[in-house]
Amino acid sequence: MTGSPREAAAAPLLQVRGLEVHYPIRSGLLKRTVGAVQAVDGVDLDVARGTTYGLVGESGCGKSTLGRAVLRLTEPTGGSIRIAGEDVRAMGPEALRRARRQMQMVFQDPLASLDPRQSVESALVEPLRVHGIEGGPSAWRTRVRGLLDRVGLPSGAGAKYPHEFSGGQRQRVGIARALVLDPDLLVADEPVSALDVSVQAQVLVLLQELQADLGLTYLVIAHDLAVVKHMSTTVGVMYLGGIVEEGPSAQLYARPLHPYTRALLSAAPVPDPDVEATRERILLRGDLPSPADPPSGCRFRTRCPWVQPTRCADERPALREVAGHTGSQRVACHWAEEIEAGTLSRADAA
Amino acid sequence: MTPTPQTTPPAGARPLLEVEDLRVRFSRRGQPATTAVDGVSFSVDAGEVVGLVGESGCGKSVTSLAVMGLLPSRGTRVTGSVRFDGTELLTMAPGQLAARRGKDLAMVFQDPMTSLNPVLTLGRQLTEVLRAHTDLDRAARKAEALDLLGRVGIPDPRRRLGEYPHQLSGGMRQRVLIAIALACSPRLIIADEPTTALDVTIQAQVLDLLTTLVRESGTAMVLITHDLGVVAGTCDRVNVLYAGRVVESASRQDLFARPRHRYTSGLLAAVPRVDAPEGTPLQPVRGTVRDRLEWDAGCAFLPRCGRGDGACRTGGIPLAPTDADRARHPDHEARCVHPAGATT
Repeated sequence: MTGSPREAAAAPLLQVRGLEVHYPIRSGLLKRTVGAVQAVDGVDLDVARGTTYGLVGESGCGKSTLGRAVLRLTEPTGGSIRIAGEDVRAMGPEALRRARRQMQMVFQDPLASLDPRQSVESALVEPLRVHGIEGGPSAWRTRVRGLLDRVGLPSGAGAKYPHEFSGGQRQRVGIARALVLDPDLLVADEPVSALDVSVQAQVLVLLQELQADLGLTYLVIAHDLAVVKHMSTTVGVMYLGGIVEEGPSAQLYARPLHPYTRALLSAAPVPDPDVEATRERILLRGDLPSPADPPSGCRFRTRCPWVQPTRCADERPALREVAGHTGSQRVACHWAEEIEAGTLSRADAA
Repeated sequence: MTPTPQTTPPAGARPLLEVEDLRVRFSRRGQPATTAVDGVSFSVDAGEVVGLVGESGCGKSVTSLAVMGLLPSRGTRVTGSVRFDGTELLTMAPGQLAARRGKDLAMVFQDPMTSLNPVLTLGRQLTEVLRAHTDLDRAARKAEALDLLGRVGIPDPRRRLGEYPHQLSGGMRQRVLIAIALACSPRLIIADEPTTALDVTIQAQVLDLLTTLVRESGTAMVLITHDLGVVAGTCDRVNVLYAGRVVESASRQDLFARPRHRYTSGLLAAVPRVDAPEGTPLQPVRGTVRDRLEWDAGCAFLPRCGRGDGACRTGGIPLAPTDADRARHPDHEARCVHPAGATT
């Protein structure tokens, strides 16, 4: 088959199609459903084995909900999720419990996901026991100690309690906890945003080393554009429940096509005064619209500097490839070509 | 009162804010005292944006609270000198200082949700500061509040005056806080991580707003942040703090072009950048701020430093220009025995 690069690649480890997470809004005496918060609305994504997919977007765009829905920690209301070809949404409770061995989550605040009264070693042995991993207690403890060492914690860390660790060490514990069942897929939701700048790099490097050593596949969710770029093979930019642009990391950052991606990149601070002095900022108007009542057509149109009187309001743009961009960069904008060619004038141009 | 640009002091006059050898010690019964700020000095001129940069626990926020006289008096010992326009603030009577706070000195905090009163309308909170510090009547205060909301870019200010903080988005709340800070045309604004809680596009809007206001009105600003990218875009002069001391002080251009202290250069190499070429490796700084030496025993950063040696184990390393900078950049100072790029 000589199709697009997407088809040519081996079957992806994670395949998401048309994923929807709608939260009902109930109102009145009978708590009738009067509407829905469309937190995630029609997302497709493929993550190839051993690669990292970075999801970036601002608060409220639905990126965390998407990450949780992929693991069914939040129940999706539509669409399909396949991990290694298996339909995760069709699984019953027992099948899902067994499948969780393959898919684990790293949270932003690992302290909140650890029992404060349980030593780290006992907390990490628990999943091995629950899942009936062969070997018995002493083999489990050996495995946990090996992992704690692997993630760079000092020996004796297993006997300590979560509060005894610094922020960076806690995130290492969180990573070890996610790895204890030897999963294939790790969903990491803001894995470093709670950490000090100097410690962030340590955790990012650790995640990359672990990926290389263990062949892990990552879905990394973050609001920090630089972190996502550094970690990811492919990047998806989310806005109000949908992916507006997707592409290989370097390509997307070098030539962003969607107006929102352009605005995000133009706003990301760079530790270099010369870059800061010369760059052109695209300032967005207003705030994020409510996901309970998203704008018709293109959801970004209410804030888009290039919004046009036609199409934008009445036609929701689908992700599509743009001529002149080889590879798999895709954008959900009707006017991407014209914007790139500079033939559309910006509404905010003075 | 219409906001009028403050008269800038003549060139060569003393700086607007002078902080000298500021020390803050916290003590709790039954526990050893901790020194949060350990001899910090810096100055700010009118119309200037000075950055205090560092990670959690470096003393940047405590420094700002000490300048504003907002630290609790119990268990806190503040020494040194904080002069505002020549007047010593540290020894000032609490009532006198309170009269200047909000009027001459204003502060913008990180979290706009906890800094605004949830049960008072925005109009009430905006006019409160005007009532305390000006003799405007009710109608004039309201007009001024409307004008302020307009200046910070809040659409439909008339309707917003009657609204409560929860009805606003995070970016809007931060704008309201800035409007309150600006209400009496302060001569100095201290902004403590003003954009950390905000999304990147909103952050750009708020920083733009703050720097424009500073440039236009000649207000001085101290910007406290952990984000080197924010510093690069806004500050004229930067002080890098580590373990309660300034370890490097330079103009923005010099700091990023020639970082001297190993902590500064280490941080710059550890931060991922959106404009980095693909495959640029990160060079993490090892350890955490907990791994520190007492300043009396040597450089606090030594346990995490890749370059340090026995020579760093001496107390009293001065903040001074490096040999490479002494002639051409005498105002670029670093507290480092083996400064980066200084041997070539």
